[in-house]
Amino acid sequence: MSLLEVDDLSVTFARRGQRPVHAVDGVSFSVDAGEVVGLVGESGCGKSVTSLAIMGLLPKQPGLRVGGKAVFDGTDLLQLDDRSRRDIRGRDIAMIFQDPLSSLNPVIPIGLQVTEVLTRHRGMKGDAAAKEAAALLDRVGIPDPKRRLKEYPHQLSGGMRQRALIAMAVACQPRLLIADEPTTALDVTIQAQILELLKELVRDSGTALLMITHDLGVVAGMVDTVNVLYGGRVVETARRRPLFREPRHPYTVGLLGSVPRLDAGRGEKLNPIPGSVRDLLPWPDGCAFAPRCARRIDDCVGQPPELVHTYDGRSYRCVNPEPVPGTVPAPREEEPA
Amino acid sequence: MFRFIVRRLLQLIPTLFGLSLLLFIWLRRLPGGPETAILGERGTPEMRAAIRRNMGLDEPILVQYGRFVRRMIKLDLGTSTSTKRAVTTEFIERFPGTVELTITAMVIAIGIGIPLGYLAARRRGRFLDHASVGGSLIGICIPVFFLGYVLKAIFSENLHWFPSSGRQDPTLGATRVTNFFVLDGLMTREWDAAADALWHLVLPAIALASIPLAIIVRITRASVLEVLNEDFVRTAEAKGLTEQTVRSRHVLRNAMLPVATSIGLLAGGLLSGAVLTETVFAFSGIGAFVAEAIGQRDYPVLMGFILIIAVVYVLVNLLVDLSYSFIDPRVRVR
Repeated sequence: MSLLEVDDLSVTFARRGQRPVHAVDGVSFSVDAGEVVGLVGESGCGKSVTSLAIMGLLPKQPGLRVGGKAVFDGTDLLQLDDRSRRDIRGRDIAMIFQDPLSSLNPVIPIGLQVTEVLTRHRGMKGDAAAKEAAALLDRVGIPDPKRRLKEYPHQLSGGMRQRALIAMAVACQPRLLIADEPTTALDVTIQAQILELLKELVRDSGTALLMITHDLGVVAGMVDTVNVLYGGRVVETARRRPLFREPRHPYTVGLLGSVPRLDAGRGEKLNPIPGSVRDLLPWPDGCAFAPRCARRIDDCVGQPPELVHTYDGRSYRCVNPEPVPGTVPAPREEEPA
Repeated sequence: MFRFIVRRLLQLIPTLFGLSLLLFIWLRRLPGGPETAILGERGTPEMRAAIRRNMGLDEPILVQYGRFVRRMIKLDLGTSTSTKRAVTTEFIERFPGTVELTITAMVIAIGIGIPLGYLAARRRGRFLDHASVGGSLIGICIPVFFLGYVLKAIFSENLHWFPSSGRQDPTLGATRVTNFFVLDGLMTREWDAAADALWHLVLPAIALASIPLAIIVRITRASVLEVLNEDFVRTAEAKGLTEQTVRSRHVLRNAMLPVATSIGLLAGGLLSGAVLTETVFAFSGIGAFVAEAIGQRDYPVLMGFILIIAVVYVLVNLLVDLSYSFIDPRVRVR
């Protein structure tokens, strides 16, 4: 049984007088203990909302509806009351956010921001907590940790801030770490360092990592299993190597094709996916990607494409996938053949 | 920190110098002039000239200004033309009453305003939120003197809960030390005198607090709503901290910055508001005295009052700037 089993998760924002927005529309995936799983997609595909829904951190507002299941170690997180959720957050499941500056409280020293987790979940106080906090900062590669504990976020560099946030996240040795675009706001060199640090922490502690990113470079570097999201649904799931070698869904193909290459000839144009996420078909009307798809056929519109499982453990949601020689789709389970 | 305070206090000098110049010019250009105020409309030209000579108003303007500044430095603000006593003496007697009143009003406004604004933000869109936002609108709209009369009519004339006027019951025969009546009572251990003075403060302080209270409620509410959406609050939630910790440590402290700014700005305005409140409640502070001085064209008193307001304003805003550095390390002064 997986550590985290997300099943048919849906998040809807309803506004009075407007059509409800299905930000996440039946997303299913799983994370095994110690595994690194990626959620990949463009801005607005629902990857951040998915992670916030799992954490129970979606802003409470009227019209918000969360459906489906997110079973963590036998408990459905979505059914928990506020108190039990707070017990799990920070202790069993921790999260790292995109912008390290705005994610740290500007008026509180780094030290307290680390020790408050230790106090909350491990009952540590005073000197013991301060010592542990210094050890944590040291572990995530912050030099002179004792001095840093007394400093404020604005006195740290961007990379140091993200390291401090990681220290807070791993303070209680969580079993699952969710990283929501942890390197997007950083310089390229710092990005590599932070990814290296995350990889190291995951390897050493056996923590599972759910990596949310739009950056395929991040995926290529560290992820075991990739889930590609489009329009709030998973459109393709595969292990990393097969996905990069033989992408089946045209959207995945487009994503891979749009990565700028250093070995491309001079003057060669970039290769973006035409259109934008706004050109979105509601899923009930057919494949959401159809308006932007190069392999669109008549069957794409009319009814939503089913998830197709192949014999080699992959799945994709497409009626006209990129052909790969030698693979045959498995018969669909729901429908009689 | 010390150097910052000294630097800010030195800034008072140019502020006061500019103000003295403005005051001097303004007062001399007013129609009528002091001689009319003293003699009334029936004085003969000879009498007017005699008074002008006595007061030095016939000398060159620069000489007059030089004398004006010299006396100000010695804290000699001249003699009130209506009470014939030194303005400084009058102020020493009356200013403490106004300070007591404004401090009480500020305590009420801050003590109720910040918690109420915070709760309104937490219960956004529910009854308490609508009630406090609506109520604060009324608070801003109602003129202070009108609210004063209403409070007086209900709570002192009908219900007899509070005294309707004055600063203290004169029959108590309380000892005077600093002219801060509440403080005096505490210092001389005349507890009944202190309590009575406090009792007299309640209604005028509520009337005076209404506008700052309304403003503080609104600013706190808006500020808390903004901070609740900050990323670091989400981080705090993601750490699994209790709601209590998230609120007090992460939300409230960050939400206090704009509130502190507005409190500084409001404090200066309170002194002017005290003029009306004190008149309504026959509260013998500086406000009622100044209101009278305006009618009497008592220039020395008016000038002294304006100078005091300026000094208080600068000092209060110095305090606000210092409070910033306690709240926010990014603006911490060295």
